[in-house]
Amino acid sequence: MGLTLVEKILLRASSSKELADFIYARLDFCFGNDITAPLAVKEFDKAQFSAVFNANKIGFVCDHFVPARDFKAANNVKLLREFATRFKIKHFFDIDTCGIEHVFLIEQGLVCPGALVIGADSHTCTFGGIGAASFGVGSTDLAAAMKSGRCWFKMPQTIKFIYKGKLNKWVCGKDLILSTIGKIGVDGALYKVMEFSGPVIKKMGVEERLTMTNMAIEAGAKTGVIEPDETTFKYLRQVQGKKFKFKPAMRKLKSDMDAKYSEVIEIDVTKMQPQVACPHLPSNVKGVGALRKIKLDQVVIGSCTNGRISDLRIAAKILKKKRVKKGLRVIVIPASHIIYRAAEKEGLLKVFFEAGCIVSPPTCGPCLGGHGGILDKGEVALATTNRNFIGRMGHPESFVYLSSPAVAAASAIKGRITHPDEVS
Amino acid sequence: MQLKGKAHKFGDNINTDDIIAAKYLDSQDELFLGSKCMENIDAGFARNVAKGDIIVAGKNFGCGSSREHAPWSIKGCGISLVIAKSFARIFYRNCINTGLPILVCSDADKIASGDTLEVDLANGIIKDLTKNKTFKSEKFPPFMQEIIKEGGLISWIKKENRSGR
Repeated sequence: MGLTLVEKILLRASSSKELADFIYARLDFCFGNDITAPLAVKEFDKAQFSAVFNANKIGFVCDHFVPARDFKAANNVKLLREFATRFKIKHFFDIDTCGIEHVFLIEQGLVCPGALVIGADSHTCTFGGIGAASFGVGSTDLAAAMKSGRCWFKMPQTIKFIYKGKLNKWVCGKDLILSTIGKIGVDGALYKVMEFSGPVIKKMGVEERLTMTNMAIEAGAKTGVIEPDETTFKYLRQVQGKKFKFKPAMRKLKSDMDAKYSEVIEIDVTKMQPQVACPHLPSNVKGVGALRKIKLDQVVIGSCTNGRISDLRIAAKILKKKRVKKGLRVIVIPASHIIYRAAEKEGLLKVFFEAGCIVSPPTCGPCLGGHGGILDKGEVALATTNRNFIGRMGHPESFVYLSSPAVAAASAIKGRITHPDEVS
Repeated sequence: MQLKGKAHKFGDNINTDDIIAAKYLDSQDELFLGSKCMENIDAGFARNVAKGDIIVAGKNFGCGSSREHAPWSIKGCGISLVIAKSFARIFYRNCINTGLPILVCSDADKIASGDTLEVDLANGIIKDLTKNKTFKSEKFPPFMQEIIKEGGLISWIKKENRSGR
């Protein structure tokens, strides 16, 4: 019987020679952020562990409540800095260098195709977009992994999604994943891997693929994955430079033809229009055309889902020589230093400023209602982020809609949810 | 272990932002997190919980973020056990790893808010004393039972490291 890509990676990392229900596997990298890692550090110290398994395979990325929104947030960063110094953990990143973990760790070459990775953050599934097996876990898992270098896994089943047909203008990876979550529901892939494949994915750029795997968790999935290909390797050479260590074996990171899937779902994208997830679940998805009357108080373009350079390029293309609606707050958040600088160099920041947007430093910030764009009672936001749960961006009686950067930028001009065709 | 408490009912897809809002995640204090439990969807919840009470929910309980603050918050407000039709994956792991008792029970929706429950945790038997009915829950796989028996992941790996497996 053949194996899926994720099964192969888990098996390679485990001491067992065949597929067992549970495996205890060796990790290539583990990491946490400024809200989950402090809890891991406290557990680590409480257990009186005296050493970490490998100081080069642990990362702390401060991205959620930074630049420190208050003294407690500052204290959590300090706690991580001190722990990193104590155990000589090399990959401690504060705002002088970093960005949002799931974007930044790829830029740093710390996650590669074929790697087995855990992160104390649910969107760790993002790295499946470059062919890693990456799983979101909790803080205690991270504490245990920092000590042992290992993590327990239940062998997951896999659902294969095959995307066929021709994408309409303005329809992108974000629309595909929103539409898929809308189709299967927020627990549609519970405990399972979502493997995205088919001719549409083959033609898709890596950043859009990362948007898709990023939101696998929103369908309850254990992770999302896409087989790495020449597009992936070319992208990694571009963003990682010399840090990318290509190995010919990476070309073999594919699911076998006779791999076993719990389900195969074919999706024809030809008639799809841009998608929007309505409050208060990512599965509450409608075509953009049905929502033209929804007026907005705020637009957010950024996050680990859609804060990459290609996202900012699309937004800037639509906003060029335009003004955002008077009274609307439009917050653009480049997801890392590198992206911020590239956006400056390409003239994108100028476009945003001239259109009346504010550009924030790299942070998760408003995506999780942390800081830097919190909604008041009754307010409505359209965001390129990943969740629209009750109170996600602030007040329990506020409303969050989710969309692609193109729809967000078009909507910023009109002050209501807008199809990009209306403004270009 | 026998648990006894009043049921607090919740629906499907209760997410970790419902359980503990992100703005409180800079705290690692179980009692503080407990005082804010379910704040966004039921502002009075933490005040209404008596020590030992039980959350009973629908499917996909704990979906969303990986924040371990969620099980800590539930423990911190005095809840002794969560019964649900199904759990989201990371929340489920977090409960096993941190020692918050959970049970998967397909009959969860037959239990009403306010019912008094008596639970034999080891055997997964739930007695609804108000309705005079008994429900069974799913058994944990042996690997997880090992971690549960050790009282959580940290104790388990301490033992595991000693055994050198």
